[in-house]
Amino acid sequence: MADITLVEAVTQALAYEMRHDPDVIVLGEDVGKDGGVFRATVGLLDEFGPERVRDTPLAESMIAGLAVGMAAQGLKPVAEFQFMGFMYPGYDQIINHASRMRNRTRGRITCPVVFRAPYGCGIHAPEHHSESTEAIFAHIPGLRVVIPSSPARAYGLLLASIRDPDPVIFLEPSRLYRWSKQAVPDDGKALPLDKCFTLRVGTDITLVTWGAMVKETMAAAETLAKEGVSAEVIDVATIKPLDIETILASVEKTGRCVIIHEAARTCGVGADISALIAERGLMYLQAPVQRVTGYDTIVPYARLEKFYLPSEKQIIDAVNKVMEFA
Amino acid sequence: MNVIATFEIAYYQYLNEASLLVETLPSDLKNPHELQKIYRLMVLLRTFDSKAIALQRTGKLGTYPSTRGQEATFVGIGAALQKSDVFVPYYRDVGVLMQRGVKLSDILLYWGGDERGNYSSMAEDFPYSVPVGSQPLHAVGIATAIKIRKQKRAVLTVCGEGASSQGDFYEAMNVAGVWKLPVVFVVSNNQWAISVPRSAQSASQTIAQKAIAAGLQGEQVDGNDVIAVYERVSQALKRARETNEATLLEIITYRQSDHTTADDASRYEPQGVREEEWKKEPIERLKKYLMNTNAWTEEQEHALHKECASDVEKIVHEYINAVPQAPESMFDHLYETLPDIYAEQREHVSHKEAVAHG
Ligand SMILES: Cc1ncc(C[n+]2csc(CCOP(=O)(O)OP(=O)(O)O)c2C)c(N)n1
Ligand SMILES: [Mg+2]
Repeated sequence: MADITLVEAVTQALAYEMRHDPDVIVLGEDVGKDGGVFRATVGLLDEFGPERVRDTPLAESMIAGLAVGMAAQGLKPVAEFQFMGFMYPGYDQIINHASRMRNRTRGRITCPVVFRAPYGCGIHAPEHHSESTEAIFAHIPGLRVVIPSSPARAYGLLLASIRDPDPVIFLEPSRLYRWSKQAVPDDGKALPLDKCFTLRVGTDITLVTWGAMVKETMAAAETLAKEGVSAEVIDVATIKPLDIETILASVEKTGRCVIIHEAARTCGVGADISALIAERGLMYLQAPVQRVTGYDTIVPYARLEKFYLPSEKQIIDAVNKVMEFA
Repeated sequence: MNVIATFEIAYYQYLNEASLLVETLPSDLKNPHELQKIYRLMVLLRTFDSKAIALQRTGKLGTYPSTRGQEATFVGIGAALQKSDVFVPYYRDVGVLMQRGVKLSDILLYWGGDERGNYSSMAEDFPYSVPVGSQPLHAVGIATAIKIRKQKRAVLTVCGEGASSQGDFYEAMNVAGVWKLPVVFVVSNNQWAISVPRSAQSASQTIAQKAIAAGLQGEQVDGNDVIAVYERVSQALKRARETNEATLLEIITYRQSDHTTADDASRYEPQGVREEEWKKEPIERLKKYLMNTNAWTEEQEHALHKECASDVEKIVHEYINAVPQAPESMFDHLYETLPDIYAEQREHVSHKEAVAHG
């Protein structure tokens, strides 16, 4: 089995599920012949034909609303938005319809759609192609927000998201699309949603993160180990609903926590995790929770993005600060 | 210069303002029994509508959007739809929904503030859409599924003329054209979007011609003529089912009411217009025709009104006596299975005392 990248794992999951479930339909801009601008849907048109792999007219609200209608008929649409920054025209359809259809019909009509989008900065893309606005979806009742950070988790979590009976926002860190490779058996095995993944076990401090920041966080944990600090690394993966139990159990063990995310700081998901730790786990803490995040600024254009993204050093500095509390 | 595109917009009327048939009666409606059935529904709708307004005025119902004067539009659409079709409504569509298995007591439940009002519909029909103009996109999604499955069914969606200014409205027609989808878009042009008149909504001569840019057929229909509405909607549905061609029908009517019970049209509606428009009102128009053709009598009229009043009383009784939802039910259909993290909030609200805020 050849090792595959995160984006190839996305394609592998889509193809697997389309082979095994005729109700799965892929739609979006350029998802057909082109295979998507990141090639996430490459080969699907040839294998499944234009009825199931649909290039849509260029209108994001339409992509989202169309998916709501298709899902109500029992199809399982996987709708691709070309970049997260272009999801916003579809936001009305996602919030006002997808997220609440089950609730407002008391379960009569449901909305098992996956809304996929590449997200995050660090790929030197033009303006609007680097957004990390997962918090505005995480705020919405009725949605799930799922973010993979490795090829294996992209495969397993995407399968789980397609099979989930409710709408899922599936955000793929574009910075990790081709960053690493790993063997991902095409066995159709889904990974659990609504669960954190503990990527590294440690005893001194809990590092909570998701998406592309898993990369810097794991590197920081590695460096810290050499300095004698044992860090536990948690990939939240499903940021809505939050598996706070796993985070609390870790914080109970370590007594310290740093939350790392790429998105802007204010009202980021880190704020909510920090609040939950304060509400439910204050007595475990030996030091204040720290956040290492993107700045409260517009994501800068390519030349400054390396200053925007939280660095491994920032994470280490935050950890050292927290470790100084006796 | 060469003219490379021209278009025509037809206007359809069967029964004119003087209740004279100006076209041959469609064959579906030749048996007087059919028009009597339609007439009964229009009278029931108006009786229900007046009652709903009265309930709101006495504090027993929330904000309610009246359909007074638009009965032909909605009853005509409902009569033309087949059971196997899918209906995607907007908030003024009670006249259709009552023909789609929705209990009128549930319509009251909905406007009374209870989600269960959206439950008792035909399984595939959508509930009301409140975000103006967003639902045509659901219709094209449903139509896509129907087409993928090679079924001979159609989807029909309704919105107001104000909604036709929304991007979603155009996006839906556009994809219906490119993908050849079995869908019918109906614009119920009642001349007002709350306080904004049709003339301030679009400089387009007709709303119907907005179809042309999407590659669809568009036409205008007299919305106070239930025969025209029934026939043109039936034809458009047939085209959708048989040839996957979408149609836009602009149905011209007049809102003989405030926008909703929360509105006061006297702030903006020019004096006298409503009265002038009332002369074209749909129920009297059909009644006269039925009487002129000896298909209706004053005795039948009297009996019908009594029957509708008593039906509506029963509906109101059922509505007033509905068992309230438990407070924790607000969590019960949020997800298929409530995620653990919300269990505590569900538990909390189940013990919470209701507090009236303002
Ligand atoms: C997206 C959106 N914007 C604004 C409103 C508030 N609103 C409710 S009805 C309405 C007017 C709609 O007019 P029209 O589409 O002509 O339908 P009508 O009510 O006349 O049948 C407005 C502005 C809304 N519900 N949704
Ligand atoms: Mg209107």
